Amino acid sequence: MNTPLLQVKNLITEFRSEERTHQAVQDISFSVERGKTLGIVGESGSGKSVTSLSVMRLIPDPPGRIIQGEILFTEQDGSQTDLLSLPEDKMRKYRGNQISMIFQEPMTSLNPVIKCGQQIMEAIILHENISKDEARHRVLQLMKEAQLPRPEAMIDQYPHQLSGGQKQRVMIAMAMSCNPSLLIADEPTTALDVTVQATILDLMRDLQKKHNMGMMFITHDLGVVSEIADDIIVMYKGKIVEQGSVQDIFQNPQHPYTKGLLACRPRLDKKLHILPTVRDFMDENPDGSITAKSLAHASIDEVVEHNIVSEEQINKRNEELSSLQPLLTVDNLKVYFPMRNSGLFGNSSEMVKAVDNISFDVKPGETLGLVGESGCGKTTTGRAILRLVEPTDGSIMFKGQDIRSLSKHELKGLRKNFQIIFQDPYSSLNPRLSVGSAIMEVLNVHKVLDNEKQRKEYVLYLLDKVNLEPYHFSNYPHEFSGGQRQRICIARALALKPEFLICDESVSALDVSVQAQVLNLLVQLREEFKLTYIFISHDLSVVKFISDRIAVMNAGSIIEIGNARDIYENPQQEYTQRLIDAIPGNHSFS
Amino acid sequence: MISYIIRKCGYALAVLFGVVTTAFLINFVLPGDPARLMLGQRADEQSIQALRVQLGLDKPMYEQYTKYIGRLIQGDLGVSYSTNRDVLETIVDKFPATALLAITAMFFSTLLGIILGIIAAIKANTWIDATTMGFALLGISLPSFVFGLLLLLLFGEIWKILPSSGYIDKGISHLFLPMITLAFRPLSIIARVTRSSMLDVLNQDYVRTARAKGLSESSVILRHALRNALNPVVTTVSAWFSGLLAGTFFVEYIFNWPGIGTLAISAIEKLDYPIIQGTVLLTAIIFVVVNAIVDIIYVFLDPKVKLS
Repeated sequence: MNTPLLQVKNLITEFRSEERTHQAVQDISFSVERGKTLGIVGESGSGKSVTSLSVMRLIPDPPGRIIQGEILFTEQDGSQTDLLSLPEDKMRKYRGNQISMIFQEPMTSLNPVIKCGQQIMEAIILHENISKDEARHRVLQLMKEAQLPRPEAMIDQYPHQLSGGQKQRVMIAMAMSCNPSLLIADEPTTALDVTVQATILDLMRDLQKKHNMGMMFITHDLGVVSEIADDIIVMYKGKIVEQGSVQDIFQNPQHPYTKGLLACRPRLDKKLHILPTVRDFMDENPDGSITAKSLAHASIDEVVEHNIVSEEQINKRNEELSSLQPLLTVDNLKVYFPMRNSGLFGNSSEMVKAVDNISFDVKPGETLGLVGESGCGKTTTGRAILRLVEPTDGSIMFKGQDIRSLSKHELKGLRKNFQIIFQDPYSSLNPRLSVGSAIMEVLNVHKVLDNEKQRKEYVLYLLDKVNLEPYHFSNYPHEFSGGQRQRICIARALALKPEFLICDESVSALDVSVQAQVLNLLVQLREEFKLTYIFISHDLSVVKFISDRIAVMNAGSIIEIGNARDIYENPQQEYTQRLIDAIPGNHSFS
Repeated sequence: MISYIIRKCGYALAVLFGVVTTAFLINFVLPGDPARLMLGQRADEQSIQALRVQLGLDKPMYEQYTKYIGRLIQGDLGVSYSTNRDVLETIVDKFPATALLAITAMFFSTLLGIILGIIAAIKANTWIDATTMGFALLGISLPSFVFGLLLLLLFGEIWKILPSSGYIDKGISHLFLPMITLAFRPLSIIARVTRSSMLDVLNQDYVRTARAKGLSESSVILRHALRNALNPVVTTVSAWFSGLLAGTFFVEYIFNWPGIGTLAISAIEKLDYPIIQGTVLLTAIIFVVVNAIVDIIYVFLDPKVKLS
């Protein structure tokens, strides 16, 4: 057998803080073959990113440190080098050259003040002794290979002038610049729209084949990994719990955690009451070990069987809803933004039509899904309803009251009924407020409950509802993962028991396993408190699970609106079909 | 870009007009009668009245104002009450001394401040960081007249290494003490601002990307991190620079440095309105010009600012 391109043996990486030492990666071993893709799957905190950073030796030290293991890299001549034994300056010759990396957040992973072309060129000039002109020529080729439109123009553009997908293509061009033999991709498509994700996955697959690279593809989403990987390792709490070929893992998962991950993705073929979660399959003991639950031995289909919403139930609910008076009616809504300054005094008559003449209504207790790609106007629609941006024209009637005619003061009273959960859990929490006080603040402002003690108890109840622990009350946002932060935001929005909730991409930043829990939570709360949702997302599978009706938006207009099942099974527009096709794992799952 | 510059100039003119008007109004708020001050305590009422007429102080306010603006447009800032010299000429005469002091002090503090800030950020939470930031704290909390007098005492009197007063026409060594006194505080602030801004930037994803390319630590810091960290530093430097250019009252006074600060202090003592107006105007012009330059620097530092 050939020597694998990369062999990791008994790797342990730990992080130290004053209070404790935490082993993020606990004695793991795996290998990556040349020309093959290894998918590393797990939720936030499973140690998958730490594993990839350990291979690059980019673990920030302090607080992190690799304390044990070997990382054997096979050179072109067949000899093996232990990367962990290299001095730092020798290691630098591997980074960006033979081993390169693509990161999760294309928005923040490119330097904002350096031109895209320069950033790609840098590694080429560093590792290969060639002139600037030659390097520039190579960059143009790389950009073409990464399928960037107009490379000649983009080479001199700054990152902020590019879309998210384009930025990730620049990252890919950068990673490919020195013909690496190993490419590490850490959640490269997680921050992107599903449609963009599909094209990026295509590109990466092509490049990997063409250059016969070994690839480590890290993701929390088994659907994504099914599209690209040959082999998979599943990580949980710093350990590998299962490994095998894609077929093995998908057709015959053994470990309860793997089953949980597979089951928790919203399905497109059936409508479920609630989604299965990892917790249905296993329990985690306080010492970190896992106990399989009885369900763990059943197949996934058996698990969801009792949970399917029947056709009759769907029809009955649709009939009930359609007989009700709408809670919210949006009529000919337009939101135009002036183009950014072109005239001498920053005035301009040109307008961007973010939302262009849309109408829809939402019945009490109903969930309307708004689906579409970035920039289609779905977020602006949500904000215009809350008057967080001022609509240009049209009417928004809530319980017979025109929201557009309300004064600032009246609007404040209404906001108690209307809550929004934002897209970005990082920037929507004040870093200086502890989680408890952030939620308490809302209660205090609106004078909910009689005294501090009751409020605190209520906050603890809310934290429990979103699967956080009581001791999180006094923690600060930076101590939480992205998923946990979004759950805090949800707890905060729920604190006032609103009637109407706008969820703006609220689960897009979450791991699939956490996403399932949050979606279930939203479903439970919808029934418990008779909530009405507008659920905004780019991911049709998520929208389909939670929504009664779906409106598909494109370029500021609603191009299609109808019952969730009809939209999926019988899309009228080509655009809708494209959104459906882009759902990762669609082909292997259903 | 051109419309951006024209717009900035428009704002600058509006600000200047406001300042000119305020400077004029100051005359009416300040206590004391300049005519009496010019002639001294023992002057009789008649000659004071005659001088008031001569200076135009008896005219109604709006008349004085239009006259004042008209002269200003021609570059005529009036004549000093106390020396009878042309105000513009006096300021032009004194300004180079202040400018020299301000420019050298700012150059020194910016360069050293940024270097110390970067070192402290890279060595964050080590003794190097603690020592640097300790000195910076001292620099911020020690008033310049205390620090100046301390330097004067040590270097000028006890060790007698450096001259304790006078202008550089007597030798370049006369520049050192006032320059260092003046630089200490901005230096400390720049070091602290650079440190915190660098720490922020060093945690950014793009710095990790730069490291993943295999770049050496020095190019990661100088090419990728520093430029992103400079915005708040430029703001700090420009604010201090405008302040110093407008005259450095205590330091000029302590070291007997013949600049705008010394001029302004003596003008205030004598209620020499034209000089006061002149220095106020100079200050305003400096702030406006420096701010405009800084706005243009931002464009080069951060490509996103370009069109806003």
